[in-house]
Amino acid sequence: MTAADAGKIRNVQVSGTDLELNEWGSGAPLLFLHPGFPLGRFDPAEPVLKALAKSFRVLAPTHPGFGRADAPDWMTSIDDLSYFYLDLLDALALENVVLAGASFGGWIAAEMAVKSTARLSRLVLANPVGVKFGDRETRDFVDVYSIFDKEIAELGYADAKIGTPDLAAASEDMLFHIARSREATARYGWSPYWHNPKLKTRLHRIDIPTLVLWGEADRITRAGYGKSYADTIPGAKFVSVKGAGHYPHRETPDLFAEAVTAFAAEKTRELA
Amino acid sequence: MKVFQFTEQPYPEAWDKHEGSLRVNLPNRLLDPAHAADLFHRYYDEWQLADELGLEIMINEHHQTATCMSATCVVTLAVLSRITKRARLLVLGYPIANRPDPLRIAEELSTIDVISRGRLEMGFVKGVPQEVAVANMNPVFQNQRFWEVHDFIIKAMTSHDAPFNWESENFHYRHVNIWPRPYQQPHPPVWSTTGSKATAEKLGGLGYTMATLGTGYGTRPIYDAYRKGYMEKGRGAPPPDRFAYLGFVAVGHTEAEARRLGEMVLAYPRTSGIVHPPFRNPPGFLSVGDNVRILKGEGKPRSYTKDGRTVNMAKGSVQDLIDAGVLFCGTPDQVYDQITDFIGHCGGMGNLLMMGHAGGMSHEDTVANLTLFSKEVLPRLKEFRQPAPEEAVAAE
Repeated sequence: MTAADAGKIRNVQVSGTDLELNEWGSGAPLLFLHPGFPLGRFDPAEPVLKALAKSFRVLAPTHPGFGRADAPDWMTSIDDLSYFYLDLLDALALENVVLAGASFGGWIAAEMAVKSTARLSRLVLANPVGVKFGDRETRDFVDVYSIFDKEIAELGYADAKIGTPDLAAASEDMLFHIARSREATARYGWSPYWHNPKLKTRLHRIDIPTLVLWGEADRITRAGYGKSYADTIPGAKFVSVKGAGHYPHRETPDLFAEAVTAFAAEKTRELA
Repeated sequence: MKVFQFTEQPYPEAWDKHEGSLRVNLPNRLLDPAHAADLFHRYYDEWQLADELGLEIMINEHHQTATCMSATCVVTLAVLSRITKRARLLVLGYPIANRPDPLRIAEELSTIDVISRGRLEMGFVKGVPQEVAVANMNPVFQNQRFWEVHDFIIKAMTSHDAPFNWESENFHYRHVNIWPRPYQQPHPPVWSTTGSKATAEKLGGLGYTMATLGTGYGTRPIYDAYRKGYMEKGRGAPPPDRFAYLGFVAVGHTEAEARRLGEMVLAYPRTSGIVHPPFRNPPGFLSVGDNVRILKGEGKPRSYTKDGRTVNMAKGSVQDLIDAGVLFCGTPDQVYDQITDFIGHCGGMGNLLMMGHAGGMSHEDTVANLTLFSKEVLPRLKEFRQPAPEEAVAAE
């Protein structure tokens, strides 16, 4: 990663907790919440951030526990993370924020939006998790901790190669981040597995224009899951993304950025 | 010195029918309940024999596995507390961080202690990683939960005058007041297991009995870490009864007979690792540093022989595992020499946890193994003069 590839990484303190925050570009603020990774890591030099930075001031934090910064002991749930990021918006006094989250990050974003949209203008959820639609004997998500890494890559990506870290060539630093990501994803999402049983009945509270982007090759989530998610949020748009699986921001970063930019530019009444 | 007879209560008839996993996801249609009943009764009979022979008893639990049908240690303890007369009843261990209800644990163990008239030894363990997939408790917080449950059980067993309150992130009770309270005062002795020096030092500080498994001639540094933690609390050197070691034991009238039994008892280390690989390393169970080493393809530590050779417990020969101090095998004289040599390496070790049955070993072979050991080896071990605790500390 060179300085030109990455944004400006700084450490900020939010509610007494250290946060690694990566900033790119200028313009309307966009908070990008990365997925949890059972395999691989969030890279502050993800191409999607550069693509989004053409239109936005992108703020892309590394969730506490995922990078070098530890999560405080009390921070154990997505509920905690959602309040933490609402505190971040307050601390930075941001207004009219486009909130975009992928997978696990989409879950955090949805949990934020049901609590308060006061500082938000648009919500974009890319292959979000966090809601249970299946009955008690039907999992909505593959148990990634019970399958081989190779299977996670095959189920999670349209092109498994993109999702397969080259461990043999990886630096010690990269291996550290992969191990941390795997652990942190479980910290927040082990049980109930990748969902909050209460979230489904709270999604009706989301009162800002919402886009559910769906990488259609996603086989980590159950078929029809994304459509159910969009149907539960008042007025939400559902757009499927070809050539991407569970992580469209990573497999099709330009398409992802274009969809977010176009959605943010739409007038509110066009969305109604 | 005490010697505890241990078996995992296996169902060996399913061992050759797995597709890469004997645990968690092995279909239970492979178990014939009528045969399982025969096996349970047989294992209880063998523990009754151990009781009569002057041995102590160790039991454990694992979940969803053909390697160990004891899915709840409480059932085995309940049966044994009634049908045995004198043996100490050691559970090693009870995976307390995997249970959602620690009040129930305190109640169960107190009841067992009362029924057995104070013969319970409480071994609390974190459990093997694959148990996490069954219990579904978050492995990231396993260690933190373990110590909280430990604190809760001790408080529940030692509070006698009024109900107390316990409201933490993990557990919520408003009126804790267990009936019956334990027979032994202030509570049954606590044991735990570890392979790590940091945990050994902590257990030493608490003064609990510490057991290791498979550490062979690499055991000493772990014991020394315990000694350090023990003495830092202002105590003298820890006596040998603070240390326990799980070894496989096969005794025969001839070396050839012992080695035949040795092959059978090694069925345990040769099968216990057969589990669907993703279940072996749940996230957060091991440290980030350990996981980085695994990502780099670096293997787990092996057992060590006296001369520093590494031995793989799952693959080593009878001779390899004798050399490593993992298997004590031979005629009574040979086994006595092997065990006492190993005690010397440890600087004192007062509790041998003897796996004297494993796998498909027959009832007759098990009876012969236990009987010969108890008649020819055990009396001499009871007479054996352990190294003085102070000598072990001076040798560090």
